[in-house]
This record gives sequence, C-alpha cells and structure tokens, in this order.
Amino acid sequence: MRLDAGAETSRLETMTTKNVRPKFLNLFRIHLPVTGVVSFAHRVSGALLVISLPLVVFLFAYSLQSEQGFEQVIALLHSWWGSVAMVLILWALLSHLLSGVRFLLLDLDIGIQLTPARASAWSVVVVALLILLLLVSGVFL
Amino acid sequence: MSLHAQGLRAWLWQRLTSIYIALFVIVALFAYLLGGPLDYVQWRSLLAFAPVNIATALFVVAVLFHAGVGVRDILVDYVHSLILRFTILVILLLMLLVLGIWSMWILISVVAV
Repeated sequence: MRLDAGAETSRLETMTTKNVRPKFLNLFRIHLPVTGVVSFAHRVSGALLVISLPLVVFLFAYSLQSEQGFEQVIALLHSWWGSVAMVLILWALLSHLLSGVRFLLLDLDIGIQLTPARASAWSVVVVALLILLLLVSGVFL
Repeated sequence: MSLHAQGLRAWLWQRLTSIYIALFVIVALFAYLLGGPLDYVQWRSLLAFAPVNIATALFVVAVLFHAGVGVRDILVDYVHSLILRFTILVILLLMLLVLGIWSMWILISVVAV
C-alpha cells in the first residue's frame, strides 16, 4: 500500500490521541498499486479457474464420448454465452499463468526491485490481454 | 511432521506443479495455434497417443494438487471460522477428487476403446 502525506499526519495523530488510526475503507481513496492488483488478480483468476473446472471436465468428457457430443460441444462453445465463458476462462488462465511465472521469478529474487516489479506487473496485464485477443481472433475469424 | 514443514511442503509443491502446468498449457496453446482445430477422430486419436495421454494424466494430477493448495491458501486468508473453513475446504477437495477420477477415467477409456 502506498504511504503518502496522509500517513505522516496520522502518525502525528497517534502520538497525541488514542486509536485515531486512519481506516481508508473507501475504495475510491484506497490506491492499490499495480503490483497489488496483479497479486489479487492472481487469486481471483485462480478461484475462477477452480470454479470452472467442473464445466471444463464435463466438456472434455462429452467431446470425447461421441462424434455427436463433439459437435455439440463445438456448437456450445460458439454460442454467445459459451463464447463469453470461454473468453473469461481463457483470460483467467492466461493472466494466472503469466502472473504465476512472475511470482516464480520474484521467488528467485529476479525483478524484486520496485521499478522492474512494477514494469513486470504491467506487462502481465497487457500481455495476457494481447494473447487473449490473438486467440479469440483466431477462433472467431 | 510439524505444521511449519507442512506449510513449506505445500509451498514447494505449489511451485513444482505450477512449472509443469505452465509448460503443458504453453505447449497445448502452441499446438492449437499451429495445428488448428481438429475434427472428432483427430481429437480422439490425439488423446489416445500414449505420450499425450500420459502427459495429460500428469497434468490432471498437477492441477488437482495446485488447485487444492491454492483453495486452502485463499480460505485460510478470508474464512476465519474454523468450522466453516474446514467444511468449504472438504467440499472443494472432494469436488477436485471426483473431477480427477472422472478425468482419469476419460483418459483411460480413450485408450481402451
């Protein structure tokens, strides 16, 4: 969390009064840096992938059961809500994968400084969207 | 084994499985981009091909472990009631187990028939 002038004044306040700690629960006043956004998005996308697993395994099973089933799965994936679900799951997969690689590198102390950490966080967001566009355009065009 | 060692082991497995999952997904995406969409017979024979079949079975196991540890991490942070946390965790782990067995059964049946 970014500390700014607000933190300084609050420190002065805590020296004079008791329990006047600032609680910035207003979401518009909390400024979560991009590294924090990517960290939280890793959880959100991970949870989304776990939730989507039953659907994915079901489609996998159905697509291999019979030729009819295979055609039905294709038709389902090309329906409008199937496309929405597929794009959402693909986004979750790509951003989870890329931020996961970023976390593995951070574990190895690679890119641990603030500037490269911010740059890599931004590139996770951007590259995930670019690959998603590439895949989606390949599927729908 | 102490709780600390358990946590460390989970941390390590999360990273080891993530490497295999990442490699599998990258290879699969490239195969799709280069090979294009398959028809039913090609799709079935691809998964019946022994190396692909075994690699996919390993992928299923890796995803199960990875998802299990991840779900536990999230629950520990956000669900503070121990009973509720345990209940949700057991339900999710059972779901993962069922999905894993189902996937394995699909993979075996593709080779068998």
